Parts: sequence; structure tokens; C-alpha cells
Amino acid sequence: MDKVIEITGVNKIFTSQKNQQIKALEDINLSIKNHEFVCIIGPSGSGKSTLLRLMAGLVPPTSGSVEVMGQSIETPISKASMVFQQYSLLPWRNVIDNVAFGLEIRGVSKEERYQVADQILKKFGLDGFNESYPYELSGGMKQRVAIARSIATSPDIIYMDEPFGALDAFTRSNMQQELRDFWLDDKRTIVFVTHSVEEAVFLGTRVIVMSSRPGCIIKDFNVDLPYPRDKWNEKFGSYVKELTDLMNNINSKAL
Amino acid sequence: MESSLERAKIEIENKFSTIKINKIINYLVPVLLPLFFLVFWQLLSLTVDNSIILPTVNEVVEILIHPMKNLLSMGSIYSNVAISVVRVGIGYLLAAVLGIPLGILIGYSEKIEELTMTFLNLFRPIAPLAWVPLVLAWFGTASLASFFGFNSGVLYVFFSNIKSAMIFIIFIGAFYPILTNSIYGVKSVRKILIDSTLTLGASKKDILLKVLLPAALPSIVTGLRIGLGIAWMCLVSAEMLPGSIAGIGYLINHAYTVARTDIVIAGMIAISCVGGLFNYLFIIIEKKFFKWQRLSN
Repeated sequence: MDKVIEITGVNKIFTSQKNQQIKALEDINLSIKNHEFVCIIGPSGSGKSTLLRLMAGLVPPTSGSVEVMGQSIETPISKASMVFQQYSLLPWRNVIDNVAFGLEIRGVSKEERYQVADQILKKFGLDGFNESYPYELSGGMKQRVAIARSIATSPDIIYMDEPFGALDAFTRSNMQQELRDFWLDDKRTIVFVTHSVEEAVFLGTRVIVMSSRPGCIIKDFNVDLPYPRDKWNEKFGSYVKELTDLMNNINSKAL
Repeated sequence: MESSLERAKIEIENKFSTIKINKIINYLVPVLLPLFFLVFWQLLSLTVDNSIILPTVNEVVEILIHPMKNLLSMGSIYSNVAISVVRVGIGYLLAAVLGIPLGILIGYSEKIEELTMTFLNLFRPIAPLAWVPLVLAWFGTASLASFFGFNSGVLYVFFSNIKSAMIFIIFIGAFYPILTNSIYGVKSVRKILIDSTLTLGASKKDILLKVLLPAALPSIVTGLRIGLGIAWMCLVSAEMLPGSIAGIGYLINHAYTVARTDIVIAGMIAISCVGGLFNYLFIIIEKKFFKWQRLSN
């Protein structure tokens, strides 16, 4: 099974509180292969988060079909997990109970799930924080825990909705490297939404560019650079420049 | 050299004494007004010189420091407070048992909200006291003893003191704050917590028990605290209902009819103390268990 996610002819229309119809996505066709690291970029309002939520099964499409691992998706499936931009840890649970939460839902025994969670926390440099509560952690650490939580259930697909958007530049760069190393180490399919061109080129095997409302895919290409990528490399720079020009073009059209 | 050392020493000592003084001031500030009030009361009562209108502070304190003493052959302050606490406890428990699950359901499901809220809001503005005539028409002076079918024995004596009408008044007082806070608690759960739990593979039951309930708990406990305060306030009106022959509310009402204003005031102070204690207990619970809520965001 090579195709993991298959989206055909998807439209999404939201109805606002004033009963206005807002077209968020228009005629999206997209197929994502196993172990791809797909970055979706686009200006705000391009529906990139909506597209991700559709794949995750959090919202249904207005028309068209979304198939994940060969099955039409209606609710979130246990073979996928998601990391959000906003802090989404349960504030009354300590770090290890947050990371083990997905396994707890699956009925895994306490001993076993703590063992798994403990290992993952060590891997993400969070050992010693097992008993800490989210309010005791910095923003970067919270997102590390959130990523650890999404991995604990060993999903085949990880959806990431601007997971580093709220972090400072230094932490962000560190987290990008950690995520890259994690993925190189232990290949899975990652769909990563961002509005940073540089982040997309640094991480993705493939970059998808979306336009403003109604969101549709205007460019879809593979990043032909070996990992680990050097942000000062000439080719890296030309990718970034090309994408930045494209994004500016979209923005000026939108205005 | 030495003089500068000496100076530093003195400075440090001065600093310590300022800290000490600051500490004492911190303790003093909250009791200043109550102290003034007591002095004012005492001076006023000496001027009025009529213990029916205003007894002196020492007369009231005299009653309060002997809480076990039988007053007006109606039992002690202690035993009357105990009866009142049991009554409030029963009405309050009923309100909690009904209000919390209902509130969670209403907060959880829009359909249940649409179904119930109009009905519930019809009764919300009616003050507990306004229920008295109707409640008397329904229950009269029937007690829980007749409800449970006890005709004699210790249980009869115990339950005959707990009138159905009182329980109802207390229940009504406590129900709405408990309900409203439970609804609010569930409704104000951040959607991202629900979404992220869904993507971990959670069922509806998991969402309810592992996300909504724990997230709403601080708000529910706040509702329980406010509900208990209001239940306790409804007590006096409940205990003034016919058929009541005990309880702190009844004691002060009865003391008034025999012109014992000192007992009235002592009873009022007892009510204040017990209510304050209830509140304090809940605040301790909130501080201890819901640290995450104050420190999050």
C-alpha cells in the first residue's frame, strides 16, 4: 500500500453565524504516499488547517472523499495522531500521564504505558519532568510533550498543525532539527502545516502551496535536497526564494 | 573598616525589624475594622443602656463561650447548630446529587440544553422564601420521619426534626448555583482539549469522563461552595416555618419573641461562624486540588 492519504474532489463550505457561506476549500485533489514528509504552506485563510482537520477526521468535507489507509474517514482513526499549535495538554495531568493518555484510552496497563511514555520522554530530552505539570513547563517543552504524546500510540500518520508557531526562533529551530532526526530515524507519514517557507523547505520531502480563500492547491513539488539540510546552502536558498516570491504573489493578489 | 561592618550590621538589623513590623501590620490590617466595630458596638450599647435593643459585647460573648449551655429550655447553641447543619446537609446533598449530573449533561449536549433550560429558567428568579406558602400547602409540617415511616425510636426523634418543607427550601437555594456552575464548567472547556483527545482515539465516554469532567471540576466545586453558602442562608427562613421546634434559625426567632436580644445576636454570630467555616473548607479544597487551574494559561 503506497498511497496513505487520498483526497479527491474535496470542497468545504462553512456557514458563518450570520448564515453566510464561506468557501474554505475548493476542488482539492491530493494523494500522499507512505513515509512522505509533506509540508503544506499558505497564507492565513488558505484553509490549510481545515485540510489537515479533514484528513484527521475532525471535520467532514462538504463534498468529495477523503480516504486514509484505504478507508473513507469519518472520525479520527487510531492509526493517526495530531499535534496542534495551541497548547493542548490536559492541564490537570502531569507530563507522563499526558504522554500515556492515548495508551490509557486504548486500555494499556499502567505499567506498560508508563514504560513506553518514559522511553519517549527520554528520547525527547524530557527525563526528569515526568511528574511536572504543564503549567510548570516552557512553551517549547509543552510542544515536546505534545509531540511525545502523539508518538506514544505509535501512529503511522502524524498530522501537525503549525506545532512550532508559538515558539521563539531559537527553540523553533531546535525543535525542527529534533523532528527531522526523529523522522529520519523512524520513518512515518507526516503532514505538517506551517506558514514559514523556510520551515517547509527544511523539513519536507514535498511542499504543497495553497492560495487564499477559497483554498486550493496551486503548487505541489518535491524538495530535491538530501537530509540533513543546510539553511545556508545555495539550492536551499533558491527553493526558499522561489516559494517566498510565490507566497508574496498570492498575498498581493488577495489584497 | 570596622565601622563600615558595624554599619552594615545595623542596617541588616533595621531591615529585619522592618520586615517584622510589616508582618505584624499584615496580620493587623484585616482585624482592624472588626475591632473598631466591636468597640463601637460596646460604646453604643453602654449609651443605649437597654439590653433588649442592644446588649453589650460581654453579654453576647458570655453566651458564646458557653455553647453547651441550655438556652430558653430549647437546647444549647451547639445542639441547635448541629440540627441546622444536618438539615442543610440533607437539602444540599439532594441539590448536589441532582444539580451536578444535570449540569454536566446540559453543558455537554445542546439538545438537552434546549429541552431543559427554558423550564429551569422559569423557576430561577423565584426566591427560595417565595416558595414557603406553596411548600407549606404541599408538605405542611410533615417530617422525614413520616416519609420514611418511622413512628418511634431514636430515628423517629432524629427525623421528626427534619421537615420536608425545610429540605425543599434549602434544596431550591443550593440547586441553581450548583447547576449553573456545572454547566459553565463543562461549556468553558477549551475545544482544543476535546479535539486533541479525539485524535488520540477517544470515545464519547472518554471525552466525558476523562476530559469534560476533570476540566469542569474546579467550576463544579465553586458551585458547591456558593450553593452551600446560599443553602445556609436559606436555613433561617426554613426554620421559621411552622412545625419547627429546633435549629439555630428557630432559636433566634424564638429568642426575639421573648426579648432576649443577646441570644439573637449570639445565634447570628454562630450562623456567621459556621457559614464562614464551610466557605473556608471549600477554599482549602480549591487551593489544594486545583492548583493547575490557577496556574494554567
